[in-house]
Amino acid sequence: MGAINPKEDYTNIPHQFFDAVIVGGGGSGMRASYQLAQAGLKVAVLTKVFPTRSHTVAAQGGIGASLGNMQEDNWHYHFYDTVKGSDWLGDQDAIEFMTREAPQVVYELEHLGMPFDRNADGTIYQRPFGGHSANYGEKAVPRACAAADRTGHALLHTLYQSNVKMGTQFFVEWIALDLIRNEAGDVLGVTAIDQETGKIAVFQAKATLFATGGAGRVYRASTNAYINTGDGLGMAARAGIPLQDMEFWQFHPTGVAGAGVLLTEGCRGEGGILRNDSGEPFMERYAPTLKDLAPRDFVSRSMDQEIKEGRGCGPNKDYILLDMTHLGADTIMKRLPSVFEIGKKFANVDCTKEPIPVVPTIHYQMGGIPTNIHGQVVVPESRETQELVANYNAETDTYTTNAGDRDFAKPVKGFYAIGECSCVSVHGANRLGTNSLLDLVVFGKAAGQHIIEYVTKQHDGEYEPLPTTVLENTVNRIRKLDESTSGENAQEVADTIRNIVQDHAGVFRTSALLEEGVKQILALEPRVRNIHLKDKSKVFNTARVEALEVENLYEVAKATLISAAARKECRGAHTVVDFELPPDHPTYSYGRRDDEWMKHTLWFSTDNRLEYKPVRYKPLTVAAIPPKPRTF
Amino acid sequence: MSRGTRTFNIYRYDPDKDKAPYMQTFKLELTDKHRMLLDALLELKVQDESLTFRRSCREGICGSDGVNINGKNGLACLWNLNDLPEVITIRPLPGLPVIKDLVVDMNQFYDQYNKIHPFLINNQPAPPKERLQSQEEREHLDGLYECILCACCSTSCPSFWWNPDKFLGPSALLNAYRFIIDSRDTATQERLARLDDPFSLFRCKGIMNCVSVCPKGLNPTKAIGHIRNMLLDMAG
Repeated sequence: MGAINPKEDYTNIPHQFFDAVIVGGGGSGMRASYQLAQAGLKVAVLTKVFPTRSHTVAAQGGIGASLGNMQEDNWHYHFYDTVKGSDWLGDQDAIEFMTREAPQVVYELEHLGMPFDRNADGTIYQRPFGGHSANYGEKAVPRACAAADRTGHALLHTLYQSNVKMGTQFFVEWIALDLIRNEAGDVLGVTAIDQETGKIAVFQAKATLFATGGAGRVYRASTNAYINTGDGLGMAARAGIPLQDMEFWQFHPTGVAGAGVLLTEGCRGEGGILRNDSGEPFMERYAPTLKDLAPRDFVSRSMDQEIKEGRGCGPNKDYILLDMTHLGADTIMKRLPSVFEIGKKFANVDCTKEPIPVVPTIHYQMGGIPTNIHGQVVVPESRETQELVANYNAETDTYTTNAGDRDFAKPVKGFYAIGECSCVSVHGANRLGTNSLLDLVVFGKAAGQHIIEYVTKQHDGEYEPLPTTVLENTVNRIRKLDESTSGENAQEVADTIRNIVQDHAGVFRTSALLEEGVKQILALEPRVRNIHLKDKSKVFNTARVEALEVENLYEVAKATLISAAARKECRGAHTVVDFELPPDHPTYSYGRRDDEWMKHTLWFSTDNRLEYKPVRYKPLTVAAIPPKPRTF
Repeated sequence: MSRGTRTFNIYRYDPDKDKAPYMQTFKLELTDKHRMLLDALLELKVQDESLTFRRSCREGICGSDGVNINGKNGLACLWNLNDLPEVITIRPLPGLPVIKDLVVDMNQFYDQYNKIHPFLINNQPAPPKERLQSQEEREHLDGLYECILCACCSTSCPSFWWNPDKFLGPSALLNAYRFIIDSRDTATQERLARLDDPFSLFRCKGIMNCVSVCPKGLNPTKAIGHIRNMLLDMAG
């Protein structure tokens, strides 16, 4: 017997009401829930895993903020580095907001008890990180506030503890299934399934906040946890919300070869060096100033270039060596203890004595659900009638579009998104290390503040009637799985999705590969819709959850390939060999085409359509950083 | 490349279907892609999708996949298959109610954690910047803050098995000491007073199973000893 009797569920399913429902109990969700619970709002956090098991826990190196504890630093430098790191696709207003807020949110974490490492004067310890510089690119600066190489763990546990203090209501091992929107498009909550009982329920809220994390498991080789299947992206896309800039995926330079497990950029921040087969510290050739601490897209490409040109290491010449042997066992055990453990356990290497084999490995999704700096989900006010032409003119330093007064950022009432599932966009085409934890906390707080304001001052306090079809999507999906008698194995379909994305949207892309990838992923649809769930049990049925996750992964895979195939330039993490040009090209350094492609991609799932929207070139209070060739 | 076949005896129980738990035997031919026990479990789940266990980060930091492996608690993702014998018996963490197969109900464990008030308490107004803490003060937190709440320790502790509601268990006590010893925390006396009863802490008999199973190499017995001394000092 199946778990769900749809008729019965239509009339009897529990329906709970909250001021705010937060989907996701990671760093951003819990920063927001802490704030909401503190303000006395009735808040529910639905979380697929117990909160401290969220993927924030795996972040290692640090959280970026210009505290200036080690060397002179200020947020203007951090702002500049982030804009340049984003390859000028990031929105400069959002980047200004984030980098200005950074010191304050880090101090707040410290006040909540986060166990940062310390300097001799008692201040927070900071280490250098990729792409972070002083005086606008002059030299590396220590900006990553660190708790050894367990910064994400320290941050996530501190935020969980703060929520325990506030008495936040968690729904642990509940999985959100579908977003509820009414006819006007307003968001009224979510449907969700309780893994322990297999029962579904409606969570209605005045504000619904997605903090569901990234979808790194859409690639075969990933530093990400198994839970990172893009559930929020899938739910949003199915409900008609576009996904922004999904062609931009970050390859982290140092995933353990074969295992995929992350080794923090802090390894290089503490002095580690990448070497090719002849032992050459080759990053000096590619990035003379920042060397091994150039941004991740840059380092990953350089590594792949070395491998492509036959200078990889090992019997198959297919990896690079991360050398930390010169740092000394003391520094490694004090600053990078988890790296030491990972080297031992996943590479059979004592990294105090030998280098660790590494390869660029998928790590972070720069794109996501489009939002503004308050965490509100935003969409264009109307369907596009003419294709957006966006042009940056270097001679006059002006950014113009043909959009007139078209509003590209109309808030969806009642809907918020923060963290890796969102795209605000502070990371643009390439995220700087340490800016992900920062993004979680800055926008977790900003969304929290906005929701408090919205719920207490703007909302009339009445819960809107739900559309009569509210349960149809959810019940149909569950019922289809429960009634399936034959069909595809969910894991096989998921593996096929991962293989298609991995093989067609890697570090170096080609137009032909991307187009082939689009063809293959669209052809996969019948298999995605024909999944057979063999295990029909209702208690803690993880096979059912995995089957439901496949639909979310599929949305992410389509968004990635279709957006990537359409972008005819090289920018940040999106490098298409067909459009590559030398760094010193007079107008298109590295193949970045600012006169045509300085614009965000929006992919709509419901009719598989692309639109574009302008970059927000103007910061809040300072002068814009004009696009330049990106050398380090 | 094959590395030989292993036999897995795995605890199975679906409350809707099974009158009693039973052990099911699986065989798996190991190849290069099966490094850790978790890799093998994931492969077995492809054979039988009803096999149920928790997992997430697969690198020993999220604490989801604590199980009992040939009689010893540990994380499946950190247990190298080369270090295991040919026959591998996997059971759920002992002492907690089983929800299904290898998935246990961890609420008792979390409740004990919550009881120690696992958050910084400081009754002074926060300064505009960070609270200062010396490197020596910060070093006191090493070996404590790294706990991942996997419950390997508490569920290996006979004192916790007998009194899971009254004895806080090694994990909660380790975390209690993490806040007691934090130079920024001003509630030391209240924290100690809450532990000063025959059960909360003093049920620890120094068996040290917790130390031998902790996947992060932490030492709850030592932390408990420190608290014990502070309580005795306070009484003296």
